[in-house]
Amino acid sequence: MRIIQFLLQKEFLQIFRNKAMLPIIFVIPVVQLLVLSFAATYELKEADFALVDRDQSIASRELVSKLQATGYFTLQSEFTSGDEALIHLEKGEVAFVVQIPKNFQQSLSSKTATSIQLVIDAVDGSLANLINSYVNSIVQDFSVEKSAVIDLTGPQNIPLPIIKKISTQAINWYNPNLDYITYMVPGILVVLVSMIGLFLSGMNIVREREIGTIEQLNVTPITKFQFMIGKLVPFWVIGMFDLLLGLTLARFGFQIPFLGSLTTILIIAGIYLVLIQALGLFISTITETQQQAMFIAWFIMVVFILMGGLFTPIESMPLWAQKVTLGNPVAYFIKIMRMVLLKGAGWKEVYGMVLIISSMATGLLAVSVNRYKKTTG
Amino acid sequence: MNSFRGFVIKEFKQIYRDTRTLVVLFGMPVLMLLIFGFAIRNEVNNAKVGVLDLAKDEVSSVIIQKVSSSKAFQIDAYLTSYDEVESIFRKGDIKEIIVFEKDFTRNLTRKGNASIQIITDATDPNLANIVQTYTKAIIGDYVQELNANIKPDVGIKTRTKMMYNEELASVNLFVPGLIAVILMLVSALMTSISITKEKEMGNMEILLVSPLKPSHIIIGKVLPYLVLSIVNVFTILILSKFIFGVPFVGSYLLFFAESILFIVTALSLGVFISSVANNQQTAMMVSLVVLLLPTILLSGFIFPVESMPFPLQVISNIIPAKWFLVIVRGIMLKGSGILIIWKETAILIGITLVFMTLSLKNFKVRLQ
Amino acid sequence: MSNYAIETDKLTKIFGEFTAVDEITINVKKGEIFGFLGANGAGKTTAMKMLTGLLTPTSGKALVSGYDVYTHSESIKKNIGYMSQKFSLYDDLTPEENIRFYGGIYGLDGQQLSKKRKELIQSLELEEVRKKLVGSLPLGWKQKLAFAISIIHDPSIVFLDEPTGGVDPTTRRQFWERIYQVAEKGVTVFVTTHYMDEAEYCDTVSIMVDGKIEAMDSPKNLKETFKTDSIEDIFIRLARAAKRGDR
Repeated sequence: MRIIQFLLQKEFLQIFRNKAMLPIIFVIPVVQLLVLSFAATYELKEADFALVDRDQSIASRELVSKLQATGYFTLQSEFTSGDEALIHLEKGEVAFVVQIPKNFQQSLSSKTATSIQLVIDAVDGSLANLINSYVNSIVQDFSVEKSAVIDLTGPQNIPLPIIKKISTQAINWYNPNLDYITYMVPGILVVLVSMIGLFLSGMNIVREREIGTIEQLNVTPITKFQFMIGKLVPFWVIGMFDLLLGLTLARFGFQIPFLGSLTTILIIAGIYLVLIQALGLFISTITETQQQAMFIAWFIMVVFILMGGLFTPIESMPLWAQKVTLGNPVAYFIKIMRMVLLKGAGWKEVYGMVLIISSMATGLLAVSVNRYKKTTG
Repeated sequence: MNSFRGFVIKEFKQIYRDTRTLVVLFGMPVLMLLIFGFAIRNEVNNAKVGVLDLAKDEVSSVIIQKVSSSKAFQIDAYLTSYDEVESIFRKGDIKEIIVFEKDFTRNLTRKGNASIQIITDATDPNLANIVQTYTKAIIGDYVQELNANIKPDVGIKTRTKMMYNEELASVNLFVPGLIAVILMLVSALMTSISITKEKEMGNMEILLVSPLKPSHIIIGKVLPYLVLSIVNVFTILILSKFIFGVPFVGSYLLFFAESILFIVTALSLGVFISSVANNQQTAMMVSLVVLLLPTILLSGFIFPVESMPFPLQVISNIIPAKWFLVIVRGIMLKGSGILIIWKETAILIGITLVFMTLSLKNFKVRLQ
Repeated sequence: MSNYAIETDKLTKIFGEFTAVDEITINVKKGEIFGFLGANGAGKTTAMKMLTGLLTPTSGKALVSGYDVYTHSESIKKNIGYMSQKFSLYDDLTPEENIRFYGGIYGLDGQQLSKKRKELIQSLELEEVRKKLVGSLPLGWKQKLAFAISIIHDPSIVFLDEPTGGVDPTTRRQFWERIYQVAEKGVTVFVTTHYMDEAEYCDTVSIMVDGKIEAMDSPKNLKETFKTDSIEDIFIRLARAAKRGDR
């Protein structure tokens, strides 16, 4: 099809001549991949705390140093009054406050129950939860340590009853270090490629409409089909290229394991990108200005990404929301990427999802081609 | 004054008539709020797990029963051998497999020690962590039950008070960030596009030649978006309060003052971008990449700044949204007054002044 | 085979409540230069869009090059050339690249293309700027390039929509010389304009007012009928009664 050849030639010329395009295609995805991968984590790296130690004993100081020994918690300041500490908390200078009561050491040695007070800034609920569990387990360990000492010095000749214990052994598959980056990068890659594919293709057709060159094309004997191919292919190529770039970075820069077959990923990516292009095409048939096209594309992308299981797991969503993700192509592709790259899944495991993506792509293409009219009215 | 009024009216009309963009501008905050409020969570509901019970005795059955009845879990697979683990994980749905060793009950009663293996699909480390913690908690509770009459209650209890957000609702974390993101979108992105569009269409020159002063042109361009932003803030606040019960403990007055400050900051950023961009596409891309994305990723909106590597934490400091988030979370959730948040407010004012001056300079240069 | 390149019979286009083109009946002979005059808003561009297959008529008949605009719009497009008001060239491509693109779209093969390319660059005197982006060229050069591209595939009919808008009188005259050259080769030229003096250059002139054709004849005959020597007078007289557009 020679005509398509001419269309493609023109598109590529225009794309590469556009000075703003080149950084968008090459630099920005890379930069974003880097930034996003490092920024997107919920891990607790460090949290500062304030201390109100009303006991000032060996035991209390021991507990505090145990907290610091974890490497997560840093004692930022010490106060004599709880209220002062709370103001510090409110200002955001510390993440939590530890209050140790008077007679702490005494209670420990006399086998009386005692408690410490933990006040956590819970604005970020999941972080607060993490802090709570860590501190709790440290305090528990400390408590068991101290009781063990006591038990040994218990009354003689009375056989102590057997305390039952279930030890749990946690084994982490595919990501033994619970490395966040390994998890995030494939997903981020999907998002980047989707965004570029969607924005560029959506805005491109609208731009031709705005300038008026589309009319000139409509008057020629070009068929709708040829026109669409001429528009879809260039950005599909760019999208695949960006994906490859990102994958290379992931493999060699981030050392992400590539357990599955790269060919599988590329084939599925090819289908997925067609879907994204079709979506961009569709958007261009319902908008008149580039501004509108950009906004609608942005709108759709935000929803897809938020509900796509990238930032928060789909399993955390309420059931109705999980059902909605069944229509979210981004969610499928993210899942496929993770399964294939990180777990070595093959066609057997993913063919169902690929089928869904393919039918979405075909459907969307059909609708868009239908909507696009060379003759209006 | 008349020419200014006429100009402002034209701006409003233009925006008004662009229904598609309006739908997005008003619909997006609402939709995002709904998604964040209802769908985005870090807790776990109905996570699919599998069980490999090599013991098949009383205690293992009891624990399995406890897991199955927990809201967090849904037992979807009963394995018969260890070999099945790999293929089950590959299928992708099961997040964790709980393995009970052979002779579980016997070991527990005779030796006082039995073990359970918790194998997690750790491709999502966050989820793996959560699921593991929940499982351990269920087991821990059971152990306590078992030992209830044996072990005296000695030891240290930790009493935790969760401040400012007792239910640990994630929506409370997100709403302030959402306000910042929407304001950035409307005030910065839209403004920059709107002004560049005039430049691109060639209308800017006409305006500059008219009796309107350049500063009036800018203000006129920016006014509709100011109004839009304020409306958006109201909408988000009302919705979040009445649908999601997001608390508002502090002073409304202070909140609106700070919001207007941030809107002005965002507007000055938008104007600045339009002073360096020549066409809409460039303005859009620059706004997206330099403003919107960092605001979403690095400001503490979703991901805590404290969890980021140091260089990113530094960059986070020049993102205005970061400071605004501290302010809004302070006012809404902690009831902070100006004395607590004066530092962040001052920083925002500083950033605004810097960009305003830069924009003015750029515009003057262009006119030369 | 009819003698007419374009025939319409009560061609109409209605947008909602607004009748843009009201039952126009025109006949354009093959090889003639047909001037489609009218004020802004009279309906000229709408009429042209129907004839070029860009807009579907509401009612009435129209045959272009013997093809029915309702059923064979794609066949029409193979046989016509079109130059829009905005000139519709790609600003970020060079003249050469624009020529190559549109030539290719119309099915010229490699040899024909490079021959055309060289020819056009020479005849349009674009040698110095062939590597420059079209966006940087002055309006007059864009105009002649757009015209050349509209006939690159040697169509039998070419439609020109306000081709001389915004250009100085000398350039306008030069442009009409090119139109003559093309018409001499037997190409039918259908041109809309609101410059009344250009009417003199046409074989037949029609004047459109409020969507209706109020006059259609050769310039000479029109002047006799209305007893005046300027088309402009005729136009003003007819336009005075108009309800829409400029007065």
